[in-house]
Amino acid sequence: MQEYSVMDEGIVPSKWNARTRRGLKYLLIALPFMVLAAAFYYVPLFSWAYAFFKYQLGHPITDMPFVGLANFRKLLAQWQEVARVLRNTLAMSFLNILCTPLPMIFAIMLNEVHHARYKKFIQTATTLPNFISWFIVYELASAIFSSGGLIAVIQGRFGNVQTGTDILGNNDIVWIFQLLLGIWKGLGWQAIIYLAAISGIDQELYDAARVDGADKMRTIMHVTVPGLMPTFMVLLLLQVSNLLNNGLDQYFVFYNPSVADKIEVLDYYVYKIGILVNDYSYSIVLGMFKTLISVLLLFSVNGISKKVRGESIV
Amino acid sequence: MTYRKKTESKKGRANHIRISPQEKILHAVNIALLTSIMFVCVYPFWYVIIGSFSSADAISAGVFLWPVNFTVHTYQEIFKKGDIGHAFLISVCRVVSGTVLCLFCCTFFAYLMTRREMLGRKFVYRFIIATMYVNAGLIPWYLTMKMYGLRNNFLVYILPGAMNAYFIILIKTFIEQLPPSLEESAALDGAGFFQVYRSIILPLSKPVIATCAVYISVGQWNAWQDNYFLVTDTRLQTVQLILYNYLHEAEQLASSMRSGMVTENAANMISPAGVRMAITVITVFPILCVYPSLQKYFAKGIMMGAVKG
Repeated sequence: MQEYSVMDEGIVPSKWNARTRRGLKYLLIALPFMVLAAAFYYVPLFSWAYAFFKYQLGHPITDMPFVGLANFRKLLAQWQEVARVLRNTLAMSFLNILCTPLPMIFAIMLNEVHHARYKKFIQTATTLPNFISWFIVYELASAIFSSGGLIAVIQGRFGNVQTGTDILGNNDIVWIFQLLLGIWKGLGWQAIIYLAAISGIDQELYDAARVDGADKMRTIMHVTVPGLMPTFMVLLLLQVSNLLNNGLDQYFVFYNPSVADKIEVLDYYVYKIGILVNDYSYSIVLGMFKTLISVLLLFSVNGISKKVRGESIV
Repeated sequence: MTYRKKTESKKGRANHIRISPQEKILHAVNIALLTSIMFVCVYPFWYVIIGSFSSADAISAGVFLWPVNFTVHTYQEIFKKGDIGHAFLISVCRVVSGTVLCLFCCTFFAYLMTRREMLGRKFVYRFIIATMYVNAGLIPWYLTMKMYGLRNNFLVYILPGAMNAYFIILIKTFIEQLPPSLEESAALDGAGFFQVYRSIILPLSKPVIATCAVYISVGQWNAWQDNYFLVTDTRLQTVQLILYNYLHEAEQLASSMRSGMVTENAANMISPAGVRMAITVITVFPILCVYPSLQKYFAKGIMMGAVKG
């Protein structure tokens, strides 16, 4: 810049100005988009202030009684309830984490199908459940598993009508049942990412394995699986960082009084306390904890990833 | 792999690589397993479809492969009630307008983010990306929407999701790998910022835009929380919520049947199960129709995301 201005003092500063002006123009254009994003992602954070007040509908915050940490103390006072919800949340999350290898196995199996059109067909069919809402999943499940559903009808045909139980209301198998529903919905979809990773594995490795006389199983164990490990680790870590985020949808639609004890996860509990019990302040406290712990988990998982794999995941 | 199979068929037994009987069994087991997984994924849909076209008695007696006592009576009753048609319209409106708005915001903003001259570009970008990890929670979201006056307002369906960090990342990555010479020559020809966006960036980004469009529209079609929590006006109800309402009505119907208070004709004509199946079919129908032809975009989308890591 200095050199140029010595050479031609008249033009260059204005050129630099033009550049700044353009930069400023771009910033101004970006501003409405930033406002839009802030309005729907950041502004809600200000509602966290209600955690320190006793929320009263229709009153401005200045009229609400300030209660300090009372809503936080409630968390401790109702610890038994919170512990039960946390137990459900962690149970669902850990079961899901245990099942992370399934999509990988499914992708490897799918990759062994040589008939290209059949492979495509299976893939299309198994990814379909990912694109329907949980309402639909619930309707499908109740058409099959409820007391008047397909399973009950089949049981009736074989003569044991009295055992025709309502699987959706069976408290003993809620976790497993919900886990299976989640797998049903996500398996084919999550496999796509592994299929992409498989096609990225160096073909020479397969050739080398074959020259060494490895059979199919050994090739899979020693070439394919190691090749998929980086992808697997990323997905696993992401899942760990989502330990507390089971999502509301699934548990909202499958909630019923007879399974309430085991199906109430944190997301559902936040909804229940807020919308059903109408205790806004306490619900906000619960939500705050969930978000803060999740962000902490994300950062630590990211840190682990940086240390172990040398790259971050977010 | 396919390569091996080719050599096999070409050279036959002369090749020293052969498929052992053990591997053949493995292969058969594999195909059988995959086929049954596929069956488990597809059959529930099929069951609901045939159930919705069967009579009430037939459903309770069991339908398995084809509709029994074929009838469209359930559908007639549902469409007679009228609200499903309107809800369908609202859902289509929200899908179209929501997708268009989100696509415009994300492509335009992503393009903006590739302009290196922009002041504070890094900060602006991070400001948007951080929205992926900021989650205030259900009640704060609810209160904020209420504050904006978005209750019983169609805009609640399309505005909040208009800026989506994930799609912005995808589109920005895509634009960055376009040859810069195109843009430069357009700029030399006197095309301004907006013109380059409209006549260079948009047409060239078609693949990534198509992918995002498919994701956004499926998300819009399936969304229900905004409707459930913030829209009580029945004229603004979407198909998903109608499905939810019917589900509860059907349950009420069933429970009143148990206590023996239900009118006769409702029990004879249509069972709650049949109604629910039919509504389910209507709700899932658009997805079943467009899904197979759009599947490649879904796959592309997740792979683009994977590249980003």
